[in-house]
Amino acid sequence: MLRRALQLGLGRGLLGRGLLGRGLGTHRGGSTLGKVEGSGGYRGSWVAPVSSYVTFRTRDPAHDGKTVGRLGEGDQNGKVSEIKKKIQSVLPGGAWNPPYDTSYLPPEHSDVVIVGGGVIGLSVAYWLKRLEKPRGAIRVLVVERDHTYSQASTALSVGGIRQQFSVPENIQLSLFSVEFLRNINEYLAVVDDPPLDIQFNPSGYLLLASEKGAAVMESNVKVQRQEGAKVCLMSPEQLRNKFPWINTEGVALASYGMEYEGWFDPWCLLQGLRRKVQSMGVLFCHGEVTRFVSSSSHTETTSGEEVTLKRIHEVHVKIDRSLEYQPVECALVINAAGAWSGQIAELAGVGKGPPGTLQGTKLPVERRKRYVYLWHCPQGPGLETPFIVDASGAYFRREGLGNNYLGGCSPTEEEEPDPGNLEVDHDFFQDKVWPPLAQRVPAFETLKVRSAWAGYYDYNTFDQNGVVGPHPLVVNMYFATGFSGHGLQQAPAVGRAVAEMVLDGHFQTINLSPFHFSRFYLGEKVQEHNII
Amino acid sequence: MPVWNRGTRGIRGLSRAVALEGSQKKGRSLLQFLADRFYDVQALREYLLQKQVLKVHQKNRPFTYIKERFGPHAAGAYFILKQGGAVKFQGKEWIRSDAHGHFSLDFLKFQAVPVEAVDASGCAINYQGLDSLLALKELQSLWLQRCPHVDDWCLGRLHPLANSLQELSLAGCPRISERGLASLHHLRNLRRLDISDLPAVSNPGLTRILVEEMLPSCQVLGADWAQGLPSGPEEQSQDRASPIPA
Repeated sequence: MLRRALQLGLGRGLLGRGLLGRGLGTHRGGSTLGKVEGSGGYRGSWVAPVSSYVTFRTRDPAHDGKTVGRLGEGDQNGKVSEIKKKIQSVLPGGAWNPPYDTSYLPPEHSDVVIVGGGVIGLSVAYWLKRLEKPRGAIRVLVVERDHTYSQASTALSVGGIRQQFSVPENIQLSLFSVEFLRNINEYLAVVDDPPLDIQFNPSGYLLLASEKGAAVMESNVKVQRQEGAKVCLMSPEQLRNKFPWINTEGVALASYGMEYEGWFDPWCLLQGLRRKVQSMGVLFCHGEVTRFVSSSSHTETTSGEEVTLKRIHEVHVKIDRSLEYQPVECALVINAAGAWSGQIAELAGVGKGPPGTLQGTKLPVERRKRYVYLWHCPQGPGLETPFIVDASGAYFRREGLGNNYLGGCSPTEEEEPDPGNLEVDHDFFQDKVWPPLAQRVPAFETLKVRSAWAGYYDYNTFDQNGVVGPHPLVVNMYFATGFSGHGLQQAPAVGRAVAEMVLDGHFQTINLSPFHFSRFYLGEKVQEHNII
Repeated sequence: MPVWNRGTRGIRGLSRAVALEGSQKKGRSLLQFLADRFYDVQALREYLLQKQVLKVHQKNRPFTYIKERFGPHAAGAYFILKQGGAVKFQGKEWIRSDAHGHFSLDFLKFQAVPVEAVDASGCAINYQGLDSLLALKELQSLWLQRCPHVDDWCLGRLHPLANSLQELSLAGCPRISERGLASLHHLRNLRRLDISDLPAVSNPGLTRILVEEMLPSCQVLGADWAQGLPSGPEEQSQDRASPIPA
């Protein structure tokens, strides 16, 4: 009977421990009745003392290896199992479950890395994803250093689009871009998102030429008409009839774009591209490219010269505001870094060699600062005002309904401001912008400058035209830069051209071979005369 | 009475409640099915969107055979009538398509009689479709009321009609803004312009003033200049809560 009572008493004790075991308690485990493991399997059941030397472990789905509040062997076993699980997940073959967040890092492998997330870089990403076969075949990574686009040329641009160029390829690029902008809601439609409104003003461009430039303007207009642009030539008298507020003194000829020209909101295009490109599966990384790891191979040209070909294998992307970098293995790099393309090209080894050779030819794209001023003139030209570019280089256009005007002027080579910062020089307006505009439009004698900003041109010092295509020596770096102020208006077409080059190996729709890098070495200038 | 009993009457009611829960479960599994195939559903939706766009394109296709055989005026008239609009040839009556979209083809017999007026109200005419209209070199009156696809780009295309166009109506077009209206200054023979009810114009009153300045010999209808102004004194007297009834 005493035995019975002891058993009962001990049983109840076990019962008690079994029931309470999950929540509280410190099971000292030193009882001779053995170990009841952290399992609910013996909840309330009475274990015979002898048999409980054997340790039973049962799986309790509520616990799953963690023993809450139980010290002693039960807890240690749970910890060990946790550590085992973590090691298994890190070793190959297990599910990757890193103990810390890595979502801000770019992937370790990417087929194409686009350096620069402005309108050109996003356009290349869009067309790569659109033209790839099959769907989802290429992994594209866009590396952008500044997600606020505070210094990007796209966001600070005046937003004009014109076909009045002298180089036929420029005209073709611009014509396709206009067609892209017109059908932007078919190209960049994302299901369930509102349609884009790029606020296009179809008011056209009016270029004015003095006696000196009249002949060049005539031949340019002929080329433009051949390519399909709708441009008409106007004499000073016709100009006075159409726009009575223009002072035609000194104007010999004017060319007016009737259709496909005007200005729009570049920020909207950028955001639309970004949204669409994200929906197509392009990866973004907020970081800066700091290094290219490449390998070289030596070959001989047909004439027997030794040539060193380089191939970029890895791109080191340094994460913003951190010292951490991630090496991204890639097959192709696209340099769409705009005003900073020269630095990226130097990182890749473009231009490291004796000057005068192909190895020593640097990418001649540098940052140039340009000012834009916004002024208010209540008696100024009306709603019909086109984007007027004077013979002196000063330009202006209307902005909105409130008689505000945006304008500026490209400085001469000697007056180039220091591109180190984006500070505005207001004296430049007083000295260089206002006088020619006031002479051209007498209403501008009284105006009030409301605000101003500065932005960069990715200025091609060689011939002020874009560089598109692969580098001859660094074989897997493609350029899409150097547009010197007309990059925004050519971005959709350039993106498609680069995507064709990457996917098919040659241009299919618009032939941009005159814009190849090798022209810098060969000295063949594709000079664009109508640079604003 | 516990809430779950509401709406259930006895045993049968309970079973109905259980059945509802069962169908909710089915509903949930349908959603689960769709969510598992997210990219397929997205592709399907993109395809349906593309089909809608293609429908509009199909409506605006050019009728080149009719143009070559019967001339640009007949082709333009055919295009408008096919869309559901109305055409008036010089010296003839208005030709309109009936409720079923049928119309008589008598106008094909007119030899080089120019089209004088076009009523394309409510038609799905877009940038491409304007090709057919721009060939009508002696068009005097063009009504584009409530056309859903006419936007600023289309207005920039109207300049070939500058010599003849005297009346243009853009009332109620949802996509036209003041930026498109700026390109109407080419139409120097325009005498009547209707720009009422343009929802995309940000400031109708100011726009009307600017358009009147831009086209001095044109009468601009709609978009009253007072529309853009806040109603000053009347609002104030209404706001003032006076205990004594006025």
